[in-house]
Amino acid sequence: MNIIVNGISHQLSSDQHETILSTYLREELKLTGSKIGCGVGVCGSCTVLVEGRALRSCKLKLKDLDGKSILTIEGIHGSEGGIHPIQQAFIDVGAIQCGFCTPGMVLSAYALLLSNPHPMREEIRQAIKGNLCRCTGYQQIVDAIELAASRM
Amino acid sequence: MKPATAFRNDALAKVTGRAKYTDDLELPGQLHATVVHSPHARAEIISIDVSLALQAPGIVAVFTAKDVPGKIRFGQIIQDYPVLTDKQINSTGDVIALIVGSTREAALAARNLVKLEVKELHPLLDPEEAIREGAPLVHDWHGSNICNTHHIRSGDPDLGERESTHILEAEFITQRIEHAYLEPEAALCNLRPDGVMEVYGSMQHPFSTRRFVANTLGLPLADVEVKTIPMGGGFGGKDDTAALVCARAALCAYLLNRPVKLIYSREMSFRESYKRHPYKITYRLGLDDDGLIRFVKVRILADGGAYCSVTPWVTWRSTVQCCGCYQVPHVHCDTYGVYTNNVFSGAMRGFGSPQVNFAIEQLIEMAGEKLGLDEISIRRKNMLHQGSTTITGQVLDTHIVSLKQVMDRVLDQINYSEKRKQCSFGKGEGELYGIGFAISYRGMSLGAEGVDLNSAILNVQPDGSVLLETGIHENGQGSESAMILIAAEELGLPRESIRYRLPSTSNIPDGGTTVASRGTIMGGGAVVNAAGILKKLITEALLKHHPQYSVLPSDTTLVFADKLISTADRSIQVSWLEAIRLCFANQIYPYAFGVFQAPNVSWDEETGQGNAYFTWVYGCQAVELKVEPRSGKITLTNLVAAHDVGKAINPELVKGQFYGGMAMASGYALLEDCRVDKGMVVPSNFHNYHLARATDLPEMTAIIIENPDPNSPSKAKGIGEPTNELMAPAIANALYHATGKRCFKLPLKA
Ligand code: FES
Ligand code: FES
Repeated sequence: MNIIVNGISHQLSSDQHETILSTYLREELKLTGSKIGCGVGVCGSCTVLVEGRALRSCKLKLKDLDGKSILTIEGIHGSEGGIHPIQQAFIDVGAIQCGFCTPGMVLSAYALLLSNPHPMREEIRQAIKGNLCRCTGYQQIVDAIELAASRM
Repeated sequence: MKPATAFRNDALAKVTGRAKYTDDLELPGQLHATVVHSPHARAEIISIDVSLALQAPGIVAVFTAKDVPGKIRFGQIIQDYPVLTDKQINSTGDVIALIVGSTREAALAARNLVKLEVKELHPLLDPEEAIREGAPLVHDWHGSNICNTHHIRSGDPDLGERESTHILEAEFITQRIEHAYLEPEAALCNLRPDGVMEVYGSMQHPFSTRRFVANTLGLPLADVEVKTIPMGGGFGGKDDTAALVCARAALCAYLLNRPVKLIYSREMSFRESYKRHPYKITYRLGLDDDGLIRFVKVRILADGGAYCSVTPWVTWRSTVQCCGCYQVPHVHCDTYGVYTNNVFSGAMRGFGSPQVNFAIEQLIEMAGEKLGLDEISIRRKNMLHQGSTTITGQVLDTHIVSLKQVMDRVLDQINYSEKRKQCSFGKGEGELYGIGFAISYRGMSLGAEGVDLNSAILNVQPDGSVLLETGIHENGQGSESAMILIAAEELGLPRESIRYRLPSTSNIPDGGTTVASRGTIMGGGAVVNAAGILKKLITEALLKHHPQYSVLPSDTTLVFADKLISTADRSIQVSWLEAIRLCFANQIYPYAFGVFQAPNVSWDEETGQGNAYFTWVYGCQAVELKVEPRSGKITLTNLVAAHDVGKAINPELVKGQFYGGMAMASGYALLEDCRVDKGMVVPSNFHNYHLARATDLPEMTAIIIENPDPNSPSKAKGIGEPTNELMAPAIANALYHATGKRCFKLPLKA
C-alpha cells in the first residue's frame, strides 16, 4: 500500500492500515499544518484534499487511501512558487486571527475554486460550512475567497 | 476590490501551516500525560488505587494529589482550585490522577484502570438552593456558598418608588456557554538543566500560568519560564484551566525529569474548562410620566460553579453596569456569586456584561412601550451623555461620550425607522420579519477591581532594527501587530524594521492578563511611553554628540518620521541608522523600558460608588431577522455594528473583532447552551454544541467610530469585548418586533 502526500509517495506497512490520516500526517510525516480541533469530523480544522476533494483527515483511515493523492497545507503554493493566491488573499483582507482554522479554511477554499472558479458569496459560505471558525465570524474569510477567485 | 491593508506579523506563518502551536512542538524524549476526571459532582475520596494503571503497557507513572511537591490549591482570587483533587470532589471537572505514558494512546488507554473509591454526597446544583439557610457547603472552609457579593446603594430607592408612576418587573435568565476556542488546552513542559521549568502552552495569561506552575511545584517564580507561542483562541477562557493544564504537565515533567506533553481532547475541554456564568437577574424599575427612569432595584445571581476563578470580578462588572448606559438617580443592586457543584464559571469575552445587557436592553424597550414611547425616544431620554453621572457616581467628562453618535450611525446605516414599520408583530401570512438593536457603554480594562499596569521594551540593535516586547499576550486578536504599528508610528520607522520578540515571563515584568479588551490600550500605552523615552534618549545623544545638532538649544524637540530624525523645520536631519550608530559610538544603549499605569480609579464596596473605570467605550448593534412561524426557525439577514474604538490602529483587524464578536454573540442568542446534568457538562463536542457556521450568519457591516481618547497614550481603546455584548438583546428585540412575544431567557426561542 502507498499514499501520495504533496506529490511524494509513501509506502505503508500493514500495521499502519488502521492509522488515522491526521495522526499519520502530524506524527509520522511531521506535517503539523493540519490541526485537530475536535477529532470527530465536525470542525474542519484537519481538512486536507484527497484527489481534489476537501475531506476531514481525522475521519479517514490509511487503508482507505491506497494509491490516493493527498494535498495538505504544506503542499499548497503559487504557480511560480511562493504562496498561493488564496493564501495571499487571506493575508490581505485580514481573514486570519488565531489561525487554528486557517489551514483547513484555505484547503476548503482551494477545493471550491477547483470546481467553481467564480463562486457567489452564498456558495462560498456553503463550501466552508464544515469549517468552524470561532474568531472571525467568517466575514473576512468569505471576502478572502472572493478576492482570491477574482485574482486567479 | 478591497485594498490590501490588513497587517499581521504572524499571517504568513499561520496561512502556510508553519506556525507551531503547542501540539505541533516536540522535544526529544518527551512523554505524554493525560487526565482522569471525577465521575461525581460531589463526593469524599476514600481511596485512589493506581496499581492497575501502572501495570498497563507503555505507562511510565501515575500521579495523584499526594505527589504534588508544592501547594495543591491555587486561584487568582481565592485559592480553591486543585491541580489534583485530594479529599473532597467538587465537580465532574476535578482531576483525580495524571497518567504518563510513552505515547498518548498508551496514557489514554489506561484511564479507566484508575480505581476511585468515594462516599457520594448530594451535589448542590441550583444557586438558589445553595444560598438557602442550612444548605450543605461546597467549601466548608469558606463558611458560606456565597462566594462573593457586590452592592450599589445610590440615592433613595424609596423616594424613587414615590416619584414613579409606572413600574416594571421582570426576571431574565441567561445560560452557560462554552468559549469553544478552536484549539483545546495544551501544554509542553521541560525541566531545563539549569533548573528552570520551561512551559509552552495554549494559554492567554502567561504570568498567571507561571504562578499556577510555581505554586504546584513549590518553586520561586524566577524558576519557571513561560514562553508564549501561537495559540488557537482564548476569549477569556484560557486562564485558570489552561494554567492548570500547564501546571499538571509541569508536575509530571518535574517528577520524571523528562519533557511532558499534555494535550486535551475537545471532550476533556468541554468537561473541565470554565464557562460563561449563567445568571438570573430580577429587575424592578420605575419611570415618571416623562419617561425618565427614577429608580432601579436589581438582584443578580450568578452560578459560579465549584471554584471561584474570577467570579468576583465578573460579577463586579455586572454590578457597575447593571443599569446599562442609562442615568438612574436611585439604584439598589445586590449581586451574588454563588458556589455550586456545577462546572465552574469564569472569564469570558464580555465578562459579566452580556448578561445584564440582555436584560436591560429589553427592559428599556418594555418601559418605552408602557409609556407609549418608541424604543429610540425612550433611550434618548435616559441615555448617558457628555458630563453625565453614572450610577456609581462617576462623571463622564474625561473622554467623548459617543453613545448617541454610535446609535444614530447604526440606525441610519440599517434604515431603522423605515424598516421598523415593516415588522410583523406576529401578524400576517407566512414569514415574520423583525428589526432590533441594542446599545451599551462599557468600562475599559480591569477597572477598580484590578491592578492595571503594563510595560514595553524597545531594544534598538546596532543596525537600526528594533526588538519590541510587551506584557500583552497574542491570543489571536493581533495584539503583536497592533503593538508593532504603534511603535512604528511613534518612531517614524517602517513596520518591517520592528520585530516582536518571542515573549517570555522571564524577560518582561508581569503585565497582568490579556483580557478585558485591555491589550491595545494598556500595551499600546506602554509602547508609546517606551518610544517617548527612547526618542528622548536619542535626541539627547544627538544634541550632545552630533556636530550639526550640538549647536541647538538643549530643549529642542526633534521629529521622528520617515526613518529620519529632524528639527521641526526639517533644516537639519539625520537618518535613523546614523543616529543609532552615534548612540553606540558614544556608549549609549538605545534601549527603553516604558510603563503605562491605568489612571486612578476608585471603589467603595459598601455603597458601590466610585470612578469604576478610567475610560469607557460606546457601541450599538442592530439586526434584521426572519422567523418561520410554524417551525420557529430564526434566520438572521443583516447585522450592523458601530463601536467607538478611540483610534483604529489596524482597521482591518479591528473589523475582524467586530465580525467575530457579532458572530459569537449570535450563537449566544440563538444556538449555544452548555447544559449540565447532575453537575456534568452535557455537550461533549461540536456535534452536540452548535457554534455559528458560515451559513448561519448573514453579511455584516462594521462601522468604526474614532474619538481619540485622551486617557490612552495611543488614543486607542479596546474592542474585543464590546462587540460581543449586544447581539443577544438586539436579536431579542427584533424577535419581539417579529413575533410580538418577549423572550426572557437565553438561548432565544421564537
Ligand atoms: S479535527 Fe477533524 S474535523 Fe475537527
Ligand atoms: S481564526 Fe481562530 S478559529 Fe478561525
